[in-house]
Formats: sequence, C-alpha cells, structure tokens
Amino acid sequence: MASFFKNILKNKVMLLMVLPGAIWFFFFSYLPLVGTIVAFKQYRFNREGFWASIVKSEWVGWQNFKFLFSGTDAWVITRNTLLYNIAFIFIGLVLSVAMAILLSQLVGKTMAKIYQTGMFLPYFLSWVIVGYFAFSFLSMDRGMLNQILGWFGMEKVQWYSDPKYWPYILIFVSLWKSIGYNSVVYLASILGIDKSLYEAAMIDGASKWQQIRSITIPMLSPIIIIMTLLAVGRIFYADFGLFYQVPRDSGTLYSVTNVIDTYVYRGLKTTGEIGMSTAAGLYQSVVGFVLVIVSNYIVRRLDKESALF
Amino acid sequence: MAEMATSNNPNVQDVPRRKARDFHNVTAGWNFVLHLIAAVFSFICVFPFLFVVIISFTDEKTLATDGYRIFPAKWSFEAYRFVFQTGDALLRSYGVTILVTVMGTIISLVLISLYAYAISRSSFRYRRFFSVFAIITMLFNGGMIPTYMVVSQLLHMKDTIWALVLPLAMNAFYIMILRTFYSTSVPEAIIESARIDGAGDFYIFLRIVLPLSLPGLATIGLFSTLGYWNDWFNALLYIDNPNLVPLQSMLMRIENSIQFLQQNSQNSSLSMQALSSIPQDTSRMAMVVLATLPIIFAYPFFQRYFVQGLTVGAVKE
Repeated sequence: MASFFKNILKNKVMLLMVLPGAIWFFFFSYLPLVGTIVAFKQYRFNREGFWASIVKSEWVGWQNFKFLFSGTDAWVITRNTLLYNIAFIFIGLVLSVAMAILLSQLVGKTMAKIYQTGMFLPYFLSWVIVGYFAFSFLSMDRGMLNQILGWFGMEKVQWYSDPKYWPYILIFVSLWKSIGYNSVVYLASILGIDKSLYEAAMIDGASKWQQIRSITIPMLSPIIIIMTLLAVGRIFYADFGLFYQVPRDSGTLYSVTNVIDTYVYRGLKTTGEIGMSTAAGLYQSVVGFVLVIVSNYIVRRLDKESALF
Repeated sequence: MAEMATSNNPNVQDVPRRKARDFHNVTAGWNFVLHLIAAVFSFICVFPFLFVVIISFTDEKTLATDGYRIFPAKWSFEAYRFVFQTGDALLRSYGVTILVTVMGTIISLVLISLYAYAISRSSFRYRRFFSVFAIITMLFNGGMIPTYMVVSQLLHMKDTIWALVLPLAMNAFYIMILRTFYSTSVPEAIIESARIDGAGDFYIFLRIVLPLSLPGLATIGLFSTLGYWNDWFNALLYIDNPNLVPLQSMLMRIENSIQFLQQNSQNSSLSMQALSSIPQDTSRMAMVVLATLPIIFAYPFFQRYFVQGLTVGAVKE
C-alpha cells in the first residue's frame, strides 16, 4: 500500500495530465456502458434522475431482444445497414483507387490540383447541407430531375415517397461525398512510391497500363487492404446523417432507409420504446465489437504498424 | 522525397518531351480523356453548391412557376434582403456555432494532447492502464440512448452549451494518432537531455514536445474544428432553446418552417407581413449558402492537413 502511494506521488504530473481525459472517458464512455443495462429492463423515467431511472425500472431479462427480433424491424435494419455499407466500401474502393491513379497520370500539375480541390469539397460539408443539395434535385414539383424527365415527356416522380429509387440515391450521395477525399488519400500514397520502379519498367518497355497493373496497384495494396478492413470493422455502424438527412426522414421510405442508428434514434425521440432501442444499440455494439476485433486481428497479421491496437 | 523533384515524375513534369514513344507520360489523346473525366467529376462535386447559390438568387415567383433552374428567368436579391432583415436568428446561430467551435477545439486539443503525451512516455508507470482505458472506448460503446441518459439526466446538460461542446471533446482515435506522432517526431534524446538539465515533465511537454508536434496538433485541431462546425446531431438530441441552436441545426429547423425565423426575430414589424410574401424557398437556400460560405473559403487552404490526418498516425518508426 505504501509503495502504491509512492508510485502515485512519483507519477503525479503524468497522472494529472491524464486526469481530465480520464474523467471524460468515465462520463461519456464508461457510464453509458453501465447504462446499457436498460436493454434488459422495462424502462421507466424517474424524476430523481439517471440512477433512479435505471434502478427502479423493472428487470425483464431478454424480453426487449425477443420483441426486437420477433418483428421484421431487426431484420430490415440489419440488412439495410450491412448491404449499404458493403456497397459503399467496395464501389467506393474501386472508384477512389481508379480516380487516384487517374489523377497521378495527369500531365499538368496545376489542373490536377484544381480538380482535387473540387473533389474534396463534399467531404467538408455537413449532411444537413447535403440534404438541401439533394432536395434541389429531387423536389417533386421544382427539382431538377423532374424537370429533366419533363423534357423527355416522362411522368414526374415522387422521389421522397417511392422507396425503389433510394438504394441508388443513397449509394450515389455517399460516394459523391467520400470518393474525393479517399482518392486524394490514395493519391498521396501513389506519389510516395519509389520512382526507380517506374524507371526500370520503362527501360524494359512496359506501357503505362502495365506499369499501373504491376507496380502501382501492388504497391497500393497494403493501404487498400488496411483501409478496407478498418471499414469492415465498422460495417455494423451506419452514417446517421446520410440516412436521416438525405431522405428527409420520410416515413414511406423507411423500408430502404432505416438503419440501426436511425432506428435507435427514433426509439428514443419518436416512438419512445427506450428498452427495445437500447437493445438494438447493444446488439449493434456487440456485433460491431466482434467485427472490429476480427478485422483488427487480420490487419495486425498483415501489417503490425497499421493495426488500431 | 528527393526523387519526387526529378524530371522523371510524370506529375511534376510540365515540360513536354516529345519522343517517338514516351513512356513517361500518357499520350496526348489519353491525357485529354483523363483530364475530361477528372474535370467532370470535380464539377459534379461542386455543382450542387453552385446550383443552390443560383436558386438563392432566383425570384420567388419565377421559382414557383419554373422550378429550380440553372438559368432562371428572373434574378432577385429578395431572399438575402429577407434573411438579413430577420437576421438576428441567423446571427445568433452563427454566434453559437463559433462559440462552440472555438471552445470545443481548445478543450479537445488540451485534453487530447495531455492524455496522448502521458501515455507516450515510457517513464509513466500507468501508461498501459490508461492506453487500454482509452482503446476500450473505441471497441465498445454504450450507444446513443445510454449516452443520452447520462448527458441529460445525470449531467443535466440539456439546453446548455456544454451539451454541444463536451460530447465531441475526446476521441480515442485522435489520442492514438497523436501518441504515434509524439513518439515519431520528438526524439527521446531531447527529452532525456532536458530531464538531465532538471526540466520537469510539464515543462518538457510545454516547451519541447508541443512545439515539435505542431503539425500533428494542427491536424487534430482542424479535424475537431470541422467536427464542431458541422455538428447538428447533439443539437438534435439536446437543444430545444432557440437561443442555443447552432447553424446546422438551424438549417434543419427552417426546413420545416421559415416562420421559425420570424418567431425568433425581435423585429416585430415583420410579423405583420403576409406569409405569402415571404420568399420561403429562396431564403432557405440563401441560409444554406450563408452557412456554407466560411467552409468554401477556408477548406482549400487547410485541405492538406486533412490528407495528413489519415497517414500521420501510420508513420513508421
């Protein structure tokens, strides 16, 4: 015990340094972990506050989970979350790498910089703004898409109430926002490839295409694999803003726009099914945890330095 | 890096070198095609913003008959006039966002840089414990609802500025990036020699480590600034008081009704105006433009830090 206090004293400056951050983690990360116990309770808000609400709510065991998985909701939100993320990851990867290689081949550096700056813009905008952008195209009576359909003599489409278009719209908007950023990141690592490799290939008479295939892509593959695996680790988490702002919270679209995160949010703010939504959140955390561990394990095997931990 | 400056780099080279078959650059025809693709894609990325700017300068009545057009029949400044007339709500939101962004960025830089420094020092006895303490939060989180309960029922931060500042203040990922940055950019020898000269841990941190890791701090700080500026989620969860609504959240609320502006404007003469005369659609778009402008002007100067962000943590020793 005495040595413990001696150690504390010896490390007091460092301990003071971690203290504010540790307090933050305690309140914003660890206490919510304790709060997930609500997933096993019939939640009743108690005006005496946080602890009273949790303690005095009735214990119902797995009932919230049973309700969640007995309906179609759990299936729909899991399917949507997974399929959209898979589409974002793989289409995004192919297009970003292609765009990065394309940018690296451009003759004329000034123009390449201008293109990059343009492509980078969507990354800096909030989903609220992007939601407005989408509306200027998709608005039923004023939007640009319906005007274009009109020129071709086609019927107007009620974009915000017809689910069948939304998988394409959401994938498009997500890629629109992310490709620029990702391709600039990939471009940075293309520019870091040792130029003598290309020299040697050119002396051997390799064409541009052969150089890309046998030098650029193999040299990029470590970062591609790592970025992809990290994204796979997050596959159970959806981008709340995309699925909430862009479809303007339209109820008729829920079948294709409801993901785990929006479902949990609506449970909290709209439907008030606190217990079941917490259960859905816990389900997300647990599966997400397993996926992060597995993908990080694989990243570690491939390249120790790039692993998260 | 030296190789990049040589003329063999296809990107740097601007001087045309014509040979029968030049493997350094793509052929002129291909170059045109590649330029075209890149130009079209970057135009697609920028166009929606330009389109919203055009809509905001369109006459409201023209809009009602023609819809959103790239070349409207009639232009108008009416929307901006209206927004500036009822501007106190917009100004207040700007004020809230600026306050939250400045406070938040400073707080998160202080918390993150201190925490990351302590766990980067091998002399710190509890470094492993506090590393793991941070990493666990990346792996497993309580989720939205328990966090909401803690913030609103335990910390009682609902409808306070802290609900917009604190939930975004820390992030284990940034700590890990900065920790790697410290250990690669601050040589252990410098710290050791300072210690031999009798400098304390805190002095070393302030006078030696921080100045040497400014690029890393800038990256984290800018990520954090962007996060706060663009945040609407915490306002959606925690803010009902119209005086505390940040910019992005304000844009969401006017989506439902432009009357929000009027109700929250102290300019009472406006409430006499007939509802129909309010340029609803165009002023909404004008607000979107006004909220986006700071970012449009700032990001070209800071973009390189955001590219560094992902790679900065991955620097090999």
